[in-house]
Amino acid sequence: MNPEMASPSSSSDRRITVLARHLAGVEMDSKNDSISAFPTSGSDNNSVFSHVVRGPEDPILGVTVAYNKDPSPVKLNLGVGAYRTEEGKPLVLNVVRKAELLLVNDRSRVKEYLPITGLAEFNKLSAKLMFGANCPAIQENRVTTVQCLSGTGSLRVGAEFLAKHYLQRTIYIPQPTWGNHPKIFTLAGLSVKTYRYYDPATRGLNFQGLVEDLSSASSGAIVLLHACAHNPTGVDPTFQQWEQIRKLMRSKGLMPFFDSAYQGFASGNLDADAQPVRMFVADGGELLLAQSYAKNMGLYGERIGALSIVCKTADVAARVESQLKLVIRPMYSNPPIHGASIVAAILKNRDLYNEWTIELKAMADRIISMRQKLFEALRARGTPGDWSHIVKQIGMFTFTGTKL
Amino acid sequence: MAGFGKAMACREHVRIRLGTRFMSSSSSSWWQSVEPAPKDPILGVTEAFLADPSPDKVNVGVGAYRDDNGKPVVLQSVREAERRIAGNLNMEYLPMGGSMKMVEETLKLAYGEQSEFIKDKRIAAVQSLSGTGACRLFADFQKRFRPDSQIYIPDPTWANHHNIWRDAQVPQRTYHYYHPESKGLDFSALMDDIKNAPNGSFFLLHACAHNPTGVDPSEEQWREISHQFKVKGHFAFFDMAYQGFASGDPDRDAKSIRIFLQDGHHIGISQSYAKNMGLYGQRVGCLSVLCEDEKQAVTVKSQLQQLARPMYSNPPVHGALVVSTILGDPELKKLWLKEVKVMADRIIGMRTMLRENLEKLGSPLSWKHITDQIGMFCYSGMTPEQVDRLTKEFHIYMTRNGRISMAGINTSNVGYLANAINEVTKSS
Repeated sequence: MNPEMASPSSSSDRRITVLARHLAGVEMDSKNDSISAFPTSGSDNNSVFSHVVRGPEDPILGVTVAYNKDPSPVKLNLGVGAYRTEEGKPLVLNVVRKAELLLVNDRSRVKEYLPITGLAEFNKLSAKLMFGANCPAIQENRVTTVQCLSGTGSLRVGAEFLAKHYLQRTIYIPQPTWGNHPKIFTLAGLSVKTYRYYDPATRGLNFQGLVEDLSSASSGAIVLLHACAHNPTGVDPTFQQWEQIRKLMRSKGLMPFFDSAYQGFASGNLDADAQPVRMFVADGGELLLAQSYAKNMGLYGERIGALSIVCKTADVAARVESQLKLVIRPMYSNPPIHGASIVAAILKNRDLYNEWTIELKAMADRIISMRQKLFEALRARGTPGDWSHIVKQIGMFTFTGTKL
Repeated sequence: MAGFGKAMACREHVRIRLGTRFMSSSSSSWWQSVEPAPKDPILGVTEAFLADPSPDKVNVGVGAYRDDNGKPVVLQSVREAERRIAGNLNMEYLPMGGSMKMVEETLKLAYGEQSEFIKDKRIAAVQSLSGTGACRLFADFQKRFRPDSQIYIPDPTWANHHNIWRDAQVPQRTYHYYHPESKGLDFSALMDDIKNAPNGSFFLLHACAHNPTGVDPSEEQWREISHQFKVKGHFAFFDMAYQGFASGDPDRDAKSIRIFLQDGHHIGISQSYAKNMGLYGQRVGCLSVLCEDEKQAVTVKSQLQQLARPMYSNPPVHGALVVSTILGDPELKKLWLKEVKVMADRIIGMRTMLRENLEKLGSPLSWKHITDQIGMFCYSGMTPEQVDRLTKEFHIYMTRNGRISMAGINTSNVGYLANAINEVTKSS
């Protein structure tokens, strides 16, 4: 198979020496001082990773681990943010099943590598979904969109880009926020600060605190915004409040980084849930957006999402895209094809799209009706306290206000 | 690496320029100073190929398998697995460590069906985003838990290896590998580098079918390398992207790993199903680290998960399902193994044909290395200028290091390719 390279000593001498070493085995080795175990030795008893301590369970995913272990017949999992049907079962949307069968029956489909930036068709359709079909920024080619691994991956790639190319490395995240946010940004090389968001007293938005904190943020800092259905509180700003936030941020040159994990899932209407983001695009300014299809298309495990960066000019957008590729390539080379194909198949086909909006609304409506039912059930039992926040909050989560 | 250097300079430039002018004016972009990044040398080749209108064009650039008609292949075993999966199962999140079923089957391939390490649960393993993702996770893990270490990377290697460890902020050095004069292995220089590296160094090794050269150590050479690693206490990280694809026999292709395991090394392995199952775009792979005992394996795995969570939370489910469906069904697995051998055999056949064609054309050079080398790639020995001529005059696309992807060769284009290579090299 491979020729032995000629070396100064005869190759047969060398072979005999090697054989002899192996035949002599461990006894011979142990006599040789130079092979006693180093602290960093990768062989025998000592691992180079002996000092590694066990990492903590993820606070969110660990809940499901614990739930699965629990033998009780009355157990309830209200932990992880994955939709469940009335019967408590996970749901694959009909429209997704249809799309998958279309794909699997299409024998012309192959499994080649996607480009680093992902499936082009998916990228275009994703941008349109959030920014609107007639968005001037899209028509002017000022938006670069790259397929990423769901919301997490989009946030991470965007954050790494910012750490490399943006003049400010501080990101402000709302308090509280999804547990994984600070880790993502820290590992990407950003430094994380918080801004006030949730008001425990009202179980609503601490708007004054938010305004104060963003006003005192260093100019040019990055600000993470939940596009809708804030996770974990379910508390969203009103449109008027969003407008004030927008004005404030633009006046201080704060860079908006939207995390949109629930478009369509919050109110049941895709366009309504996109309003805050569209407000910011409409003023001509720049922003980053992380989109996820985990919840609104039920594609959780397929890891499908997109990062969009809205830039001032088409030329800038092209250069930005080329730099995004340099972030992605050493991370995972190119994104997985399956989820992107499903999303593209649905978004580009009018019938499938309409079917999707109907199924999406049904999921959102079930959540909204559960809020209502829970609220009424608590009231019916005469549970002390004001539980109206359950119906005022929006999206998959409710911050109950209960203590541990 | 030029891109990174430029990016660094760019950031400093931006800081200086915008130091006091931090209010974004209505007309200027925050990204004004972002430089265009250089095209990826490998993937950029395919882009250029696709843009070429010539009917004679040949793509021997990227390492994706093609059949004898030059078409991408979806394996029958994969189609059948997908048929069983489609529309049926839910798409819930996998655990952070991925599909355990897929991981178990994958470990068997690398460590052996009856591996004691698997039985003793000594392997920390997680599903990864193909080979790239596995290497990156390991690099991040190495950075976090052995922050003073560096990585020795063979010269040459897959270009993205450098990017991966650089972005993980692990300092890197190279070790001698390829011997240009003989177009084979520079074994004595390689052994010298192993000996001269500080004790306990981390080394990246290609388990089989070295990319880009196709030059692998012989079994005896692997044994010597393993022994020297023991002497020096080095850590071996294997990148195995071509198991089964190199010789047609997965166990044979894993020989280097098995030698190291026998010798008692605690190794790390990156495995990919991109080529050997044709699952390229699905991004399916596995990172494993052999530990002292079960307790440590649990520990290390928990830390690998901590690194995956802020990168992508959990890995994609579809490709993993395909793999576990195939490997979990004896009939499908048999079919898969047959299909892998077909692919490997076709490549080996093309090597023979290319060499014969060149020799028939009366080329003054030796082309023995084409059949000596193994796997998807052949390091032709051509210069960048010769490669440029191939592209400009003959519409043949490959990376400028002279690497030929054998999968892009078929019975229809091998004559054309041989002729073109002969034309640009005959006067050298």
